[in-house]
Order: sequence, then C-alpha cells, then structure tokens
Amino acid sequence: MCGIAGLIYRDGARNIGAEMTAMLQALKHRGPDSTGFAMYGAPGPNEYIMRFKVAEKEDLGGGTKIHRAIVERKAAVDAVLKELGVTVLELAEPTEYANRYRISYDGDLKTLADQIEEVEGAEILSIGNALELIKDLGDAADVSGTYSLGGFTGTHGIGHTRMATESDVDIRSAHPYWAYPYNDIAVVHNGQITNYWLMRRQLEREGQRFVSDCDSELLAVYTAVNLEKGVTLEDSLRRSIDEIDGVFTYLITTGNELGMAKDTMAAKPMVLYEADDLVALASEEVAIRAIIPHEIDTTDPYDEEVRVWQA
Amino acid sequence: MAGVGESVSTQMGMHTEPLTGRDIKTKFTLENEGGFGYHFARDVDFNRRAEIDCADLEPTEINGKIRDLMDSGHGSIVLRNPGAKHSLVVGILNRMNIIVDGSLGYFGCGLLDGPTVRISGRVGWSFGENMMAGVCVVEKNAGSTFGAALRGGDLVCKGSVGSRTGIDQKGGTIVVGGDTGAFSGFMMQRGRMVVCGNAGKNLGDSMYDGTIFIGGEIQDLGVDAVPADLTDLDRAWLTRKLTMYELLPGKGVDHFTKIVAGKQLWSYDNLEPTEKKLVL
Repeated sequence: MCGIAGLIYRDGARNIGAEMTAMLQALKHRGPDSTGFAMYGAPGPNEYIMRFKVAEKEDLGGGTKIHRAIVERKAAVDAVLKELGVTVLELAEPTEYANRYRISYDGDLKTLADQIEEVEGAEILSIGNALELIKDLGDAADVSGTYSLGGFTGTHGIGHTRMATESDVDIRSAHPYWAYPYNDIAVVHNGQITNYWLMRRQLEREGQRFVSDCDSELLAVYTAVNLEKGVTLEDSLRRSIDEIDGVFTYLITTGNELGMAKDTMAAKPMVLYEADDLVALASEEVAIRAIIPHEIDTTDPYDEEVRVWQA
Repeated sequence: MAGVGESVSTQMGMHTEPLTGRDIKTKFTLENEGGFGYHFARDVDFNRRAEIDCADLEPTEINGKIRDLMDSGHGSIVLRNPGAKHSLVVGILNRMNIIVDGSLGYFGCGLLDGPTVRISGRVGWSFGENMMAGVCVVEKNAGSTFGAALRGGDLVCKGSVGSRTGIDQKGGTIVVGGDTGAFSGFMMQRGRMVVCGNAGKNLGDSMYDGTIFIGGEIQDLGVDAVPADLTDLDRAWLTRKLTMYELLPGKGVDHFTKIVAGKQLWSYDNLEPTEKKLVL
C-alpha cells in the first residue's frame, strides 16, 4: 500500500523535520516496514551533503566481523574522497552504518558517486547541495529519533512509509530514492510501474545507473534525465503520464521545487492542501492534519493532474 | 399471482437459486409493516442528543460509543474533532441523526441503512459505500469512489468529488454540487447520479442501467453510455432533488445532459428475475 507525503514552504525555511516526522507517523498504518525522508536544507556554496551507508541494519546481528568490516569500508570511502580531492568539512555517524558528510567538492558528481559505490558494502543514499535523504527500518518516530531529524530546518521535503511487496525489507529497498548521480533530485511513489524494465533498460543503454530494482527509482532517474535535457519539471511530469505505464501517484523534489503527478486511472490516493505559505500533500488527510490540527479545505487531485510548487 | 418466494420467473424455471435476504422474504412484506426495520434496531428518541469528542479516540472506540448512545436511546449524536479519521459512522442500521463537526477520512459512513448524517467538512475515499437507505450530506469536497456500490438513499456532496464516483452503483441517488472525476458511473447498474459541474473522462463506462445527469461539460463518455432526452419528469425530479439540498442552479435544470445505458444486456434485462433487479 505505502504512504507518501510532502510539504513545501513558499516563504522560507521551517522545522520541516518535525513536521515530516508527524506526517509520516500518521501514515504508519500504510507501511510499517521502513520510513524515509528527503529534505532540503540551506545549501552552502560549493558544498554537498553526502548521506551514505556501509552496511544494512540487519547485518549488525551477523557476528563480530561486520563491525570490523564497517570500519574498513568507511576508511575505504575516506580514501576515495581524499584521492578525488574532496574536503570533508563535517561528519556525523547517526548509526554505526550510516554516515553524513558535509563536503567541499568541485568535480564531477558521477565520478564521485561511482567511485564510492565501488567500495564493497558502501551505498550512497544522496548527494546534494540541499538534499539530505535519510531512510531506515522502522516507523517515522524511530527513524527521526535515530537520525535526530526533529530539528531539521528546510523549505521542502517528501517522505515515505513502506509496506514491502516486491523487494526486501532493508535500507536499500526503502524509499525515497535519489536520482543517482544527479544533484538534489528525489522521489516518493505509491503504485506500480508496469513498463519498468523496458524503460530502465532504455535508460541504462543511455548510460544511466540504477542502484536498486525498485520501480520508484525509475521515476527519479527519468526525471533527472529530462531536467538535464532542459525539460521543465512540469513538462517532465506530464510526459511521464504518457510514457510510464501502470498506476502511480508520485512526488518529486528538486533543489527548489516540489512536483506531483497522478496517472491516467487516478487509482492511487493523494490529498492536497494549499495555503499561501504552505502546500502539503499526503496519501491520507490524517497526515496533513498531523501538522494542521484545525479544520482545513482539501482536495483530491484528478487523473493526469500535474502540479509544481516553488520554494 | 405467485407469492414473493415463488416468483413467476421461478415457476418458469428461469432461475433456480432461492431469493434470500430480509427485504424480500423475511421482512419486506405488505402484511408485515412493522418489519421494515431490523429486529435489532434501537428505539431511539430524536430529541435526545449527545456529543462525542473524537480527538483522542480510535475509530473503533468512536463507533462503539455511537452504538452505546443508540442503546441508551439517543437519536441525535454530534461528533466533534473527527480529525479526518477513517471508518467513522459505519454500519449503522437505524434511523437517527448524526452530525459530524469536521472532516472524515476514508471509508466514512459505509454500510448505512437508515440514518441521516450531515458532515460539515470533507470526506475521503469511498464515502457512503454500500449505503442501503438514509441521507448523507457532505458540505465540502469528497475523495474518489464516492458512493461506491450505493444501493439506496441520498448521498450528497456539495463540493467536488474525485474519480469513480458511484462505481457499481446499484440504486439510490448521488448528488454532487461541483465536479466529478474520471470513470464516474463506471458499471452503474441502477439509481441516479446528478453532477451540477463537469465530469471527467469515461463517464458511465460499461453502465447497464441507471441515469446520470451532468450540468457542466463532459470530457467524454465511456463505452455503452449515450445521451438521452431530458423529459419533463426528469426536469421535475431534478428540480425537486436539487432544491432539497440547496443546489438548484439559478438557471434551472434545462441545461443538464442526461446519460443512460446505450446497450441492453440480454441476461440482465431478460433472464434476471424482476425481484432480484429490484433489490440490486
């Protein structure tokens, strides 16, 4: 089933960490397996935030060797960064296996991402000027607490509560997905894309790389490729309704935008609340009511509806 | 004349399955007027009013409290702070008044038979699903599958509704003050649907009975749905129904487009027993 949610402030940054946590916790019943956040903070000049992991949570229960392997993998990632001339400005380890590096880097993002992914066990969750993608097993309160997201300040974000259906219950299969290796693009999706493999192979032939077998990742890469070609986010969303088969409702974010698209059957839910300062969307109104307790006017976007909001 | 349990069609061997259900065999007979309600229906006093604050309650608790209040004879119940919670006011098989001061989430007011419900806010997906009788009025918007499999009563949304409104509608009346989304009236089998605004694509797709009235633009019609002439009887009915819910347009009802099933199904129209069609 899965639950998705997103919000964007049109008049400056807020504590979106606490608000996204509340929204996703209200959607826990739609998917208790894992929870993920893609949130956009204040971008620094020539700086990126890199979120990556060097093991799965479940690996930690597999004996003592994994702890040594984690240390070795982190050292290998650090060596890659040094080799590429990356300056690590700040680092944090919310868990033994998850890492947040604030880095200064003026090279090619794909080179950086590819070389880190070559380290055994290492997986980049996101690299972005403003984007920070956090996902782990458990509900929103668990993940938010573990990664100290309650005070995250930013302009917009999306999130996902996952009910695993076609892939494993692990961080790799959790959502949101970053558009590897594009800066600041992330997606959450509720539905199923039926021409996933056809479109994935087409994008792979064009040189794109996928880090999972999840159809949601396709939407992120598909959008990133369109944006790179100069297509606007709104046009990319419209094209996706024609080119992507299946039932889907998805939210996609860039450094300063939040977009939404609903497929031609309108089979997956979405409730929209629009105010002058805030736009909030979620699979269910209860998620929006988690941050706006008073009565509000909401609507259900129709089939083939596409919307884009700016931060 | 054949009895209810031995219909003409049964005698003709056109079907062998026994017609069952309280409406046909057990209760719904002219000789048993008192049996129009359920044997377990509460005898409530409409002048006895109570309130439930839903803020800190789970849906199961809220629905349980409604039943407790019905048991104690309350005929008018107000729900405060419903907070768009799911599955509230469901399975009420009693005549009574319920006022929802706020919005409901998904599957609100499902499986009703008798109550009058008024909601001041919006409602989520599948509102009024399978309602047998009664009246539900939503003051704001509604989500998709509004009135799915509706069998009787009036289901009214004064705002706009999502997609697949009245999917599998089997009776009753759906009234929408605003627009409706795609696939509205999909597989409609009986009843009436009135939309004062526009309708999305595939309106009335695969419908095989029933009538749809659209006051605005129709994006396109689905398979088997065709326009029909608006009769004086239709105009009178539309005027009465829309007036009842304060939705009558200033310019009247002459501009409404009437949509009906353009294809008759042999099995449905000729082989199904009349009694069975009546309860659909």
